[in-house]
Amino acid sequence: MPVLKADFEACQGYGNCLTGAPDAYDIDDDGVVVLLKQEITDEERPRIEEAARSCPVSALTVEDS
Amino acid sequence: MTEGPTVVVVGSSVGGVRTAQALRSEGFDGRVVLVGEEARLPYDKPPLSKQFLAGSWNAERVTLLTEAAADKARIELRLGVAAERLDVAGRQVVLAGGERLDYDAVVIATGAAARPSPWGARSGMHVVRTMADSECLQVDLRRDGHVVVVGGGFIGAEVAATARSLGRDVTVVDPLPAPIGRVVGAEVGAHFAELHRRHGVATRFGTGVESVEGDVGDLRVVLTDGTELAASTVVVGIGASPNDGWLADSGLLVENGVVCDEFCRAVDAPAVHAVGDVARWFHPDHGEHTRVEHWTNAVDQAVCVAHNIAHPDDLHAYRPVEYVWSDQYDWKIQIVGRPHRATEHHLVGDPAADKPRFAALYRGREGQLGAAVTVNWPKALVTCRRLVTAGAAFGDAVTQIDALAAAPARTVATPA
Ligand SMILES: Cc1cc2nc3c(=O)[nH]c(=O)nc-3n(C[C@H](O)[C@H](O)[C@H](O)COP(=O)(O)OP(=O)(O)OC[C@H]3O[C@@H](n4cnc5c(N)ncnc54)[C@H](O)[C@@H]3O)c2cc1C
Ligand code: SF4
Repeated sequence: MPVLKADFEACQGYGNCLTGAPDAYDIDDDGVVVLLKQEITDEERPRIEEAARSCPVSALTVEDS
Repeated sequence: MTEGPTVVVVGSSVGGVRTAQALRSEGFDGRVVLVGEEARLPYDKPPLSKQFLAGSWNAERVTLLTEAAADKARIELRLGVAAERLDVAGRQVVLAGGERLDYDAVVIATGAAARPSPWGARSGMHVVRTMADSECLQVDLRRDGHVVVVGGGFIGAEVAATARSLGRDVTVVDPLPAPIGRVVGAEVGAHFAELHRRHGVATRFGTGVESVEGDVGDLRVVLTDGTELAASTVVVGIGASPNDGWLADSGLLVENGVVCDEFCRAVDAPAVHAVGDVARWFHPDHGEHTRVEHWTNAVDQAVCVAHNIAHPDDLHAYRPVEYVWSDQYDWKIQIVGRPHRATEHHLVGDPAADKPRFAALYRGREGQLGAAVTVNWPKALVTCRRLVTAGAAFGDAVTQIDALAAAPARTVATPA
């Protein structure tokens, strides 16, 4: 199953990822992204990949496990 | 080479690149050709006035698409060649040099260009739009001497902050008394003006520029009130205009951008789509044609256009809530919605504090939360973005953000 990865150091709290995939990404009180799940299904991959690409600092990736 | 329909994307910055990538995510299996005037690999623009200009990020860090990533997504790169004309009836993009690319669908993503300086000095004048612009300015910012920034909008303010961080003396000039006030309202805008002063940057707001003369290292900026500022470098950030000149004889409706319907298809030419800074599409919730020069808009619109090309029988209207960020000095500024349309606002937190964390909430015409401006407070922004999207009542939004301010900051653990 595809796996979600995040670079927590790079994240700037822009919050773009939450808009496209609120089921996969959230943000904590310090403004850092939180992964709500680790693995996703192939069906949800396109949508979550688009949300990951909406990150202005490329902090998010979807990788093949 | 893949058979099947061909999509030609013209413009290789964030709007174009994200459209090409999203076509694949949306299951489009034909050819995708990405045409770009600049020979460099596609790169991102926001860092050009911030980290890249400061020298802390290099070219690799701002690359949007590597050759390997393009190969993997089967995106054919045609970089270093401009599109010169669009033949709508013949469904062809005509490149400089005369080559014609056939398309089944074309995406116009040619963005915008910096409005050029109306003042002619011989050298030492800069705009910031391309990586080459930012590189040239970087060289001049390393010279000793005074930097004058003309234009106190987002890009001007960011360049001023970056120049200051490099140790330069900086003055920002703008004919408006509170330049960012045009976006966020006069009262909140005044705090943005104060931010410059707090960081030792002089402002001459409410004063225009009459002329700029001289050469790099020895420039004179004459203001409309007669004052003369000596400068070694002048940066002009007075806005941008859409790159739609190449479409002049296409027959498309072009009026300050490519005019599109709510599905981002050009009026009377449904195989032609536009995304990003160059697109002026009909926003169904605003009930008017809208052109937005913000990064997130280009990315979101790219996804919508890619969907509409891949699934023509399931068209999505594009109805985003505007969102933009800007980094100035120690302020991380985030804006959601259209604050300039608001009737009143409510402040949570103290903008005058040292490295403040605050939010300004704006009431919309129907008593909803219409917009929000946050500084150093991503959590509040994300909350407001959801509330604006949901059309939440202004009063409820104020209660929620007040509660957020009262809650002690805590860190939510991230699953390992
Ligand atoms: C210095 C700077 C800082 C910014 N900071 C922020 C920020 O902090 N937050 C934010 O939200 N937004 C910011 N923006 C705005 C954001 O970068 C733009 O909204 C975004 O780049 C728009 O993307 P685009 O692809 O539509 O257009 P552009 O980025 O303008 O790209 C258009 C591309 O098309 C190419 N092109 C043009 N004409 C032709 C032609 N005829 N043939 C082939 N190719 C052509 C150009 O070379 C260019 O590569 C900033 C912009 C700049 C310049
Ligand atoms: S979009 Fe990127 S920077 Fe923004 S919260 Fe998500 S991961 Fe962080």
